Amino acid sequence: MRYLLRKVLFYLVAVWAAISINFGLPRLVPGNPVDVILARTQQTQPLPPEARAALNLQFGITDDPLWLQYWHYLVNLVHGQFGLSVTYYPAPVSTIVRQALPWTVVLVGLATVIAVTLGLALGAITGWKRGTWLDGVLPASTFLAAIPYFWLALVLQFVLSSKLGWFPLSGGYDDTTSTIGPNGSFLSSAIYHGLLPAGTIVLSSVAGWMLGMRNVTVSTMGEDYVLTAQAKGLRPRRVLLSYAARNAVLPSIAGFAISLGFVVSGSLITETVFSYPGLGYTLLQAVTNVDYPLMQAIFLVITLAVLGANFVVDMLYGLIDPRTRGR
Amino acid sequence: MSEPAPVPATADGLATHISPTGDVATVASVPAASRRPRVIRRSAKFIVGCAIVGTFIAVGIIGPFFVHGQNEISDVGLVGPSGQHWLGTTNTGQDVFKQLVVGARGSMTIGVVAATLAVILSVLVGVIGGYLGGRADEVFSLLSNVVLVLPGLPLVIVITDFVANRGTLVIAAVIAFTSWAASARVLRAQTMSIRERDYVDAARASGEPAWRVIGFEVLPNLLPIIFSQFVFGMIAAILTEAGLAFLGLGNTDAASWGSMLYFAQNGQALALDAWWWFIPPGLCIALAGTGLSLINFSIDEVVNPRLRAVGRPTGGPRNAVRAVAERTAAEREQRGAAGAAHEDAPRAARFRGGHE
Amino acid sequence: MTVDLAAPGQAGSLVLSASDINVVYHGSRPTWAVRDVSLDLRRGEVLGLAGESGCGKSTLAYALTRLLRPPGDLTSGQVLFHDTGPDGDGSTVDITTLAGEQLRQFRWRKVAMVFQGAMNALNPVLTVRRQLADTLAAHLPGQSRDERDERCAELLELVGIDRSRLRAYPHQLSGGMRQRVMIAMALALRPDVVIMDEPTTALDVVVQRDILREIDRLRQQFGFAVVFITHDLSLLLEISDRIAIMYAGRVVEHGPARRIGSEPGHPYTAGLLNCFPSLRGPRRDLRGVPGNPPDLAEPLVRCGFTDRCRHVFADCREIVPPLSEVDYLPGGAVACLLHDGHRHPAGPPPELHGIDRPPGTVGGAPAAPAGDTGRTIGERA
Repeated sequence: MRYLLRKVLFYLVAVWAAISINFGLPRLVPGNPVDVILARTQQTQPLPPEARAALNLQFGITDDPLWLQYWHYLVNLVHGQFGLSVTYYPAPVSTIVRQALPWTVVLVGLATVIAVTLGLALGAITGWKRGTWLDGVLPASTFLAAIPYFWLALVLQFVLSSKLGWFPLSGGYDDTTSTIGPNGSFLSSAIYHGLLPAGTIVLSSVAGWMLGMRNVTVSTMGEDYVLTAQAKGLRPRRVLLSYAARNAVLPSIAGFAISLGFVVSGSLITETVFSYPGLGYTLLQAVTNVDYPLMQAIFLVITLAVLGANFVVDMLYGLIDPRTRGR
Repeated sequence: MSEPAPVPATADGLATHISPTGDVATVASVPAASRRPRVIRRSAKFIVGCAIVGTFIAVGIIGPFFVHGQNEISDVGLVGPSGQHWLGTTNTGQDVFKQLVVGARGSMTIGVVAATLAVILSVLVGVIGGYLGGRADEVFSLLSNVVLVLPGLPLVIVITDFVANRGTLVIAAVIAFTSWAASARVLRAQTMSIRERDYVDAARASGEPAWRVIGFEVLPNLLPIIFSQFVFGMIAAILTEAGLAFLGLGNTDAASWGSMLYFAQNGQALALDAWWWFIPPGLCIALAGTGLSLINFSIDEVVNPRLRAVGRPTGGPRNAVRAVAERTAAEREQRGAAGAAHEDAPRAARFRGGHE
Repeated sequence: MTVDLAAPGQAGSLVLSASDINVVYHGSRPTWAVRDVSLDLRRGEVLGLAGESGCGKSTLAYALTRLLRPPGDLTSGQVLFHDTGPDGDGSTVDITTLAGEQLRQFRWRKVAMVFQGAMNALNPVLTVRRQLADTLAAHLPGQSRDERDERCAELLELVGIDRSRLRAYPHQLSGGMRQRVMIAMALALRPDVVIMDEPTTALDVVVQRDILREIDRLRQQFGFAVVFITHDLSLLLEISDRIAIMYAGRVVEHGPARRIGSEPGHPYTAGLLNCFPSLRGPRRDLRGVPGNPPDLAEPLVRCGFTDRCRHVFADCREIVPPLSEVDYLPGGAVACLLHDGHRHPAGPPPELHGIDRPPGTVGGAPAAPAGDTGRTIGERA
């Protein structure tokens, strides 16, 4: 119980921190961010004069004292008012985010689940069967783990899409043949288009999970309780699963937060390579167009999603490690 | 960004030993300093890793003195590797190899600067918090955990975009500010374990002020872990900088491997089949990361001996005893027959039980 | 601390006989940890194995039970298990030749082990019930789930723990309770031999006494033999039938516990006995055994104790003293050239003289009249 309570409180603090950072960001810009936006967009996409007033309102950069601005900001947040996007003026930011979110969630979610499962399993096996040919896999995985996501994406795109034509070059689905919705054509197209981006993410991240799990498994194999299990004459599979892996998996799950951060970062960039219509791609658009409102909103959404995922995993950890349940 | 190996810690930062790559071992001691260099020098991983990283650092430092004109535009256009341009040219005729050499400096510099800043931050927060304990520790670890859980790259992207100046120091600082938390957590756990040791207790009991205890008793024992976190930081920084540069948010002062990829992407290198433009920079990043990871793994093996490769003597397992037995027999012969008579007579009686 | 003395060693049949055990730890400097050790264990007896840290006693135990892990390697020797117990088939099996599934099935049924430090020997993420039950499940697949649970509850009650603790996790139990659980686990399949590696070292003396009593009671109830490994010789004097002293990888002396305690034959044993004061004897200087054990990476073609022995003479550095029977040290054997009539005609020093040892030393045996002749090794009537 205490564990649960501590975690909930912690995540509340983290959410507050994220929100506050978000609040502070536009105020990092020297001068008035509204001016910056208008100056930039004048060249490419001139905004109507009302935009200035709207932007001012939206940023809450008024002459009010800071705490009042903060309060307005929080109120707007609760109401889901993120303002209007500059890039897609006058579309509200929330609409754009809502469109892009599912793509990223599905892509990153599925890829992470696959990578984690595969990585932990491979790590346990290579740690278990230490000293055999499986150890040869290690140098390769070290190299794989050091490859930048986006570069791997480029290479795969080059080889598999451009040269061999096995996969589509870009996009989330084929918009010439299907429309978004729960129909077979869309779903199959979406899956087809998602394979390469997901594959990139899995390939890049599985090595990290595997190496970490392997190291912990090797350590765990040296523990007394594993020796006891072997001494008791338990079947090797049982020793691996219930004694070794069951304990070895704990630090990996505990460290999920850090790993997820990297996965999310890498996925964002992978999306840009494949022009996959998720949050990452949209974020890049926003960056290019100095679309501060959109950037802020995407940052907040990504952060909250990551916090949510971490919260779920922390709860999971509390379930599988009995030592957290208190004496 | 890919992470070479997750750096986990137990959920509440329980004070268990956490080695550089984060695995929890019950070996809670760092081996004596005198033994460390010998073991690590022989490790293949260490040698290869140092070779790779050393090469890149050397190239980064002295390369640009020998290589000039990487930004020279020529009208050769996009051309593959040749005798004149070892790795071909970009779409504006710039020599890719020269750019690679100069880019090494940019990438490695950011890597070193950002990692240094990150390590300083993590030592300040992790070690001090872990040593002081109590309220201070609660605050410090709350800080680290919150920063830890906020995803790095989106934050970095957003901050660098909002910030006007994007020089080397600023980029490095932003990267450092978003990545110090993982190391802080590891250092905190280690500090808490070292704090319980007798020599620290002795120092405290003899009235040494806290800063002296931390500086002279605690920190020296943390050096291998700190170094390993520095290496991690470098890997993360190089990758993050590459990502930023690729997005066009990179360092405006210097070229790097990441910025090469940015131009390659913008110059449609893929569509134009110009593999020589975008493969080498990425390969360099991956190699640098691999070299650094190898160094880290070798440090890990020193701190956690269970990870060391288990070698058997060649020729099968009986050789050691056979060798020893042979030596024994030879020496016995050398001593001559004097003692032989006495040796034969008494029985090497078997251990018998039961009769009293 | 007084514990009920062990029942006198029954002249039972052999249950375990190991011969010429050699263990090497491979590495950049291979270490020869166990050297030419042979030992016999009889049904129902308590054999104490004593020695300082690094003498090889734990390594020996692991070698006997085939639990050595790389870089440890059992390079030679055989370990015969005589299955002559009430539920055995009378066969003799060489444990060192078992492999794979055969070895797995053999484990724990006949020879079980209680490890040092039960803190780490229990899986932290499984309940006590699971860990007791999987032992049974691995060897008695025919049992139903209920039968198994009942058996686990019985096992806990056997060692004095309430059956409600089946649902507990190891971290919820005290050190003493964890050790009891380990003992219960060791007895799950009613083995013939239980090897205990420093089972009470990490516990306070009160709990220590309870555990030892428990072990003794169970031993009398079920009749298994015990190999009790510890560095605490005083403890062994109380609970063992026979004691073997190990030094630098070899057995340097063995014999009946009482005799070893009062009439040691090896200078090292005498030194160990002199380390702790007698409760009732006169005050005297405690001498201990100064110096360090030898480096086991060296072949050591001499007695390993030469650097620390008060009675060392030239021949000691020439050969490895063989373990030999000595007339005035009945019931066992000693590996010391001081008792070799040919090499050391003057005979052993007074404290190693068997029944002639001066009164007032540990054990305080009254001086028997001297006047023995023929105290040479190798001479038999």
